[in-house]
Amino acid sequence: MVQIKLENITRAFRLGESTVRALSSVSVTIDAGEYVAIMGPSGSGKSTMLNLLGLLDRPDAGRYRFEGRDVTTLASNELAAIRRTRIGFVFQSFHLIPRLTAAENVALPLMLAGESPEIRRQRVNDVLKKVGLSMRAGHRPDELSGGQRQRIAIARAIIMQPAILLADEPTGNLDRHTGQEVIELLETLNAAGMTLIVVTHDSSIGHRSRRRLMMVDGVLNDSRENT
Amino acid sequence: MNPSDTLRFAVRAAFSHPLRSSLLVLAMSIGMAAVVILTALGDGMRNYIVGQFVSLGSNLIIVMPGRTETGGLKLGSFATNTPRDLTIEDANSLQRVDHVRRVAPVSAGNTEVAANGRLREVMVIGTTANYIDIRRFSISQGRFLPDEDWNRSGYVAVIGSTLQNELFGDKSPIGQMIRVGDNRLRIIGVLSPAGQGLESNTDELVIVPVATSLAIFNTNTLLHILIETIDRDTIEPVKAKLEQIIRTRHTGELDVTLITQDAVLSTFDRILSATTMGLVGIAAISLVVAGILVMNVMLVAVTQRTAEIGLLKALGASNRSIMHLFITEATLLSLMGTLSGFILGHLGAWSIRLNWPILPAWPPAWAVAAALGVALCSGLVFGVMPAQRAAALDPVLALTGH
Repeated sequence: MVQIKLENITRAFRLGESTVRALSSVSVTIDAGEYVAIMGPSGSGKSTMLNLLGLLDRPDAGRYRFEGRDVTTLASNELAAIRRTRIGFVFQSFHLIPRLTAAENVALPLMLAGESPEIRRQRVNDVLKKVGLSMRAGHRPDELSGGQRQRIAIARAIIMQPAILLADEPTGNLDRHTGQEVIELLETLNAAGMTLIVVTHDSSIGHRSRRRLMMVDGVLNDSRENT
Repeated sequence: MNPSDTLRFAVRAAFSHPLRSSLLVLAMSIGMAAVVILTALGDGMRNYIVGQFVSLGSNLIIVMPGRTETGGLKLGSFATNTPRDLTIEDANSLQRVDHVRRVAPVSAGNTEVAANGRLREVMVIGTTANYIDIRRFSISQGRFLPDEDWNRSGYVAVIGSTLQNELFGDKSPIGQMIRVGDNRLRIIGVLSPAGQGLESNTDELVIVPVATSLAIFNTNTLLHILIETIDRDTIEPVKAKLEQIIRTRHTGELDVTLITQDAVLSTFDRILSATTMGLVGIAAISLVVAGILVMNVMLVAVTQRTAEIGLLKALGASNRSIMHLFITEATLLSLMGTLSGFILGHLGAWSIRLNWPILPAWPPAWAVAAALGVALCSGLVFGVMPAQRAAALDPVLALTGH
């Protein structure tokens, strides 16, 4: 089933006098349940690509169909609703709120969705078990190791049972061993049916995926089309 | 997002910067405390002064000679316009009016008194036995003027407490002679200390029979006549009747002025209420300044928490949810400031009452309610702009902390 369909997406930024084309006429199709790595040197447009896929940014031209729905023309609150229910984000710098406990950080999307405290508690327990951090539920982020923080962030990303998991350099702030564990956790989730899109410049991680989108100067090179 | 979650999130956010939040609360509470204390002072002063007037004797009408009025040029204008004397007979005639309880003619003048080898310049009041009841004075030694024919110039005097101390020291002055002008009078009583009053410092007065005083100062006219009615409601009818009697006695001309306690009282009331309002205005400025501080602190909070706002947006928070979070936080901070200022202000007013028991420094309810309203509104109003700024952040830029 086609989940994501980009057609001739262009996104440009103004940097002082000059205009930088972060994405030029990118077209790609991603099916539900795929495991895709977006790779490329820094400045190649892969972060812009991820922001567009995650509905955080809008293209200047082209069309984006998300689960069959044209999302390029939606209002920002409609985009927020899709992000809330269908998309999970994992960031390089974790983005945990330092004053909240691990469990409260994980519960944030449920709180934003207006779920009752009882349902929140139940679901948070479930996902914390899934990422193996039930014992750390009451700890604050600064009491956790980097790998634990990223696992908490992953728990937060999957608590709404999204269709897609977008990970932006998820191992960038971790050592090789913990990075490996985090990637394995993400792959487990993918194996359970969640579409996984990972942005990375680490080729060893990129090569674990079944499909690689190489980005150079805003132009996309799809590994599937080449093979 | 549920309101209770919004509130909890805002509380956690406010408490995550204890120093900044407490400074803001302090600023707000100083503004609020200023309103409470200043209005308590203003209103206390008003109550004190009004109370002083009431203690002068309520239900009082004062008849004074002379009247200022605008007149046209007519035949009568060429005749003399000098007001008639206000005499003891005038005062006497007013005693028979219905609802009048007491009448006291009053004359006054300054002269030299001498007793026990000492000399002093004092004010001499000439009046009758009723005066002590109308003015609510009391006697500490001896007795007041005897109740006798008002035209009889008895050679007796009652002196104020300061005067007694100055002239006689510790010795009892009762029965001693005092020279007032050219007359030698026998002291029959001493007033209890009373402080500042209508005519002058009552502790330095010499009070003599009204006929004696008129003789000493060689005049026929009284300073004024004090009339006490039986209650407040009868003041107006009595006043009308008094005017009618004086007019008849003074060949059809109303050449006196009648002042009622009420008129004086309400004038003072108005002036002092206006003063209190002025104080409220000054204090309100500090509340507005505190409101601007709320805005500043919230703008800093938005800047500091840019990445957090970006995260909330990525997690699917609507712009409205984010606005609510920040407005709630701003309102919460101003609410805490307002409440602590309210308590602080009441403590201040309480300590004023403790140190100056004479001043009834209670903040009026309207001022407190208005200040609470202003503080909350300014928190809300000044919180909106930072909250809008937070809601309008671009999620991509916000996530990277820009």
